[in-house]
Amino acid sequence: MTTETGKTRLIDDMKAYSGQDPNCCYQCTKCSAACPVSAAMDLMPHQIIRYLQMGLIDELAESKTPWICASCFTCAARCPRDIDLARMMEGVRLFMLRRRGGNKFGPADLTPEQLEKLPQQALVSGFRKYNK
Amino acid sequence: MRYRYFPGCTLKGQAKNMEDTTLLSARALGIELEELPDWQCCGAVYPLYEDELISLLSPVRTLAAAEGEPLVSLCAACHHVLKRAQALMQRNEEARTKVTDHLEVEYSGEGRVLHFLEVLRDDLGFDKLAEMIKKPLEGKKVAAYYGCLLLRPSKEMQFDDPENPTIMEDFLKALGAEVVKSPYRIECCGAYLSVTEEGVARDTVDKIIDSARNVGAEALITACPLCSYNLENCAKDEGKEPIKIYYFSELLAEAMGLQFKQLVSAAKERRAQQK
Repeated sequence: MTTETGKTRLIDDMKAYSGQDPNCCYQCTKCSAACPVSAAMDLMPHQIIRYLQMGLIDELAESKTPWICASCFTCAARCPRDIDLARMMEGVRLFMLRRRGGNKFGPADLTPEQLEKLPQQALVSGFRKYNK
Repeated sequence: MRYRYFPGCTLKGQAKNMEDTTLLSARALGIELEELPDWQCCGAVYPLYEDELISLLSPVRTLAAAEGEPLVSLCAACHHVLKRAQALMQRNEEARTKVTDHLEVEYSGEGRVLHFLEVLRDDLGFDKLAEMIKKPLEGKKVAAYYGCLLLRPSKEMQFDDPENPTIMEDFLKALGAEVVKSPYRIECCGAYLSVTEEGVARDTVDKIIDSARNVGAEALITACPLCSYNLENCAKDEGKEPIKIYYFSELLAEAMGLQFKQLVSAAKERRAQQK
């Protein structure tokens, strides 16, 4: 359960370190239309912002969506309000990853086949995104 | 034309053929790529929160090592990280001070940061490139696949029009290929989701490959080792004609008339020099 201070901190950090204010969004849903992986998400990209606006942080923490986002920046490219949702998603991920035991993925989760086949770039980016 | 060159981790491993074919072609084109000494991995993803300063150490060290000279990379991810780290160093004084103090380097955002395709377009010129082609790829139907990292965010990358880019098609035309335009050429391949959510990457790749197949492409070109991996390994194809995935530089070397033998000997020579 996230405390009130934790919730405020997520939004404050988001404004300070990503320059993004969820309240600037007017929910036109262009980001969700643009997202190439929305089919695998349980919350649509625009809903992530709505949850942030409403302070529903515990609900966000349960969502698969931030971990499905591949940071392709298409949402940001299409946003009429010039909001960078990719940065907000990063904020939600970091909020989770920076908790004790918050890592989503580690070297032990790789199969021997993956280790053999995956390019270096995939491993480095995967660990950077899912492990702190 | 002389440039500092940052290879990046994957170009010394899985994407070695991108490096080999580029260096050989560059030499034939009179473009000198001088590898930075003691370079480190760029970190592969740009830190989207500006308090993640530790992720900036490696790219800023690389930027500073170029000493203000034009810095070229081939991997789309390396170029993305370096270009955006440079933009951050230019606009965020606090981050710049912390990072450069920690690294004990002087860097304030100077120097051109270029992808090799930009060198071909802006410095050499595609017209000039076309004149130097010895074996035009006539009749070969090739589609460009841009992916995300070179194009977006366009304000920082300034690579091409983010919704309707032309650089790769113009490059292919210079090589004499028959260019076909695929509607999914700027869509994401799923990137590192192939590590954690392979099923999602399979779906995105399928759409990209089908879209290229539907416009009659025999091959796709990319500048990103992870795109290349995903396109080759996550395509379902299911009884359909598979599409060949090339690094842009492989077709460049082919059109320049450079032979595999030359490639191998040049690569060996270079590795011997590095030892």
